[in-house]
Amino acid sequence: MTEPLLAVRGVETYYGNIIALKGVDMDVHEGEIVTLIGANGAGKSTLMMTIFGSPRARTGRITYAGVDITKMPTHEIARLRIAQSPEGRRIFPRMTVMENLQMGAAIDDFAHVDEDLDKVFALFPRLKERIAQRGGTLSGGEQQMLAIARALMSRPKMLLLDEPSLGLAPLVVKGIFDAIRELNRTEGLTVFLVEQNAFHALKLAHRGYVMVNGVVTMSGTGRELLASPEVRAAYLEGGHH
Amino acid sequence: MSHDAPAAAPSIDWSRTLKDAVITGLIATAILGPFIGLVTVQDMEHRLILQTRWPLFLALLAILVVGRLLLQIFVWGRPAKPKRAPLALPPSVERIAAPFFIGLLFVFPISVLFALGPQGSIKWIDNYGIQILIYIMLGWGLNIVVGLAGLLDLGYVAFYAVGAYSYALLAKTFGLSFWVLLPLAGILASFWGIILGFPVLRLRGDYLAIVTLAFGEIIRLILINWVDFTSGYAGISGIPRPTLFGIPFNASDNGFAATFGLEFSPIHRTIFLYYLILALALLTAFVTTKLRRLPIGRAWEALREDEIACRSLGINTTTTKLTAFATGAMFAGFAGSFFAARQGFISPESFTFMESANILAIVVLGGMGSLWGVVIAAVALVGGFELMREMDFLKLIFGTDFDPTQYRTLLFGAAMVGIMLWKPRGLISTREPTAFLKERKAVSGSLVTEGHG
Repeated sequence: MTEPLLAVRGVETYYGNIIALKGVDMDVHEGEIVTLIGANGAGKSTLMMTIFGSPRARTGRITYAGVDITKMPTHEIARLRIAQSPEGRRIFPRMTVMENLQMGAAIDDFAHVDEDLDKVFALFPRLKERIAQRGGTLSGGEQQMLAIARALMSRPKMLLLDEPSLGLAPLVVKGIFDAIRELNRTEGLTVFLVEQNAFHALKLAHRGYVMVNGVVTMSGTGRELLASPEVRAAYLEGGHH
Repeated sequence: MSHDAPAAAPSIDWSRTLKDAVITGLIATAILGPFIGLVTVQDMEHRLILQTRWPLFLALLAILVVGRLLLQIFVWGRPAKPKRAPLALPPSVERIAAPFFIGLLFVFPISVLFALGPQGSIKWIDNYGIQILIYIMLGWGLNIVVGLAGLLDLGYVAFYAVGAYSYALLAKTFGLSFWVLLPLAGILASFWGIILGFPVLRLRGDYLAIVTLAFGEIIRLILINWVDFTSGYAGISGIPRPTLFGIPFNASDNGFAATFGLEFSPIHRTIFLYYLILALALLTAFVTTKLRRLPIGRAWEALREDEIACRSLGINTTTTKLTAFATGAMFAGFAGSFFAARQGFISPESFTFMESANILAIVVLGGMGSLWGVVIAAVALVGGFELMREMDFLKLIFGTDFDPTQYRTLLFGAAMVGIMLWKPRGLISTREPTAFLKERKAVSGSLVTEGHG
């Protein structure tokens, strides 16, 4: 098997004295969509933030394309062309949609904004209609589209998405997940998706990991996990547990 | 029940309104009459004598009654109106507004000179023109730090002081000219900007404000206590005045007046200083508008919006913050060296926290990030204070020992409260976008609310 694009090995992350990740191992190969599912507070977002260097892993090792990024500053990790659509979207509320998108190309000093805009608008036509509007005035779904589009403007090899379905209507979620699938198929974009919406995420992903209390308890292909009785009981069938 | 009845035209219940005003007047008379209208003073034989202050009483009574009446008619009596569009100039007006305004500034001293003569015009050019322009420049400089990068700086006056003392000390010690020292003062101030920047890199909001406040005080206390270097409270006097490329503004044979065959007058220097600070202020505005369109300026604005998002987009927030502090401080350094050269005397008294607060108030009242807002606020605050010195007619109402300038802070506070009530984002709250797809569109800050969900 080839070297994974992103490899997480024995990562432990603490908030102060409280341990949030208790030795996590995970691989994402080039061209894959990998999802991490789990309940609230399982440590999914923490893992995603740890990959981006904030908070930092106390032990363990994270490599991306063979480079050790465990101790790298966040902005330098971003310059390796890993893009992130962080939890809570974090768009720039008082800047226009156009300016938000432009900031996505900051690592290349805004060199290829115009070419990439067309690509992003083809994916999310709604954003083109809203181009001169302030980011903060968009609806939740549009803000999520903007966050993903902004991340794409940096021409990433890998995209990290934290709960893109949070608080959105099912139809909007479907649109966003379709866009992710499209990007993966046409551009070969590698995607790491953190989700609570286990059913949709596992249907979209090639492989998945299940996290409980800071530990990865299960992994497999999306289909395997969807069929697994434990996953069904805990995350799919009304969540009675 | 039907809710779709047409909205009735706002009608005012006059009898109720008038009754309210009469009641206000009666209550005010009952309270103000004894307390304001009557006053006891001791005469030569230490006897208490009752005196009256009816003009003052009547003035206060009128303010209360008329004020309440106006509130009744225009504020309380009206149904809530839909939110008005923020103060924004249409693009066509905005395009000619800047050249027009700059042209006005250029002809201001000349026209004042023609209208009032050398004696009468010096006050207008110096107290109004130069003084306001210094604050506009400081406001524009601080605007980079507070308005663009969103770093609340309460110690901005420290960099102003660094610039002023740099010029004063270097000019007196080494005899260097103003034109050499102006950039040097800017560099030294921006160096101190970076010195301040390093320890506060991890701070935001309130915590940043407290540390910058402390930094401003540290600089001031050093200036007071390092007597050997700065002469402490006594200050530095006899600071060399700027020259027009080597031609001094004095009555000597090689002075400005003699060189150009004019009769010597101090107004020449004043007008020269006016154009000097005008050029410096315009440089500040020019650099700010250019920087906003460059990657670093965009990074500043993004940093103000969301620091975490900035980092995950590959922006180095450390250098972004330091360049904001350094650039803002540089302009304060320029302004500081101009200040020292204009005054000829500086002391720590000129660099108190109150100055920082004034400059910050200009930026906040004007609307953070808005160059026009800073101009309006500086004219209102600085010009307003100068005007108060001249309101001698108020003495007719409030008595001869009434000094309007004593009420400056009170009015200042009232203006603050008023602006925060009616224009919480400052006078000019529109933010001009710097990136466009096809056409320009102003995006308003207060017209639209932020979306959630």
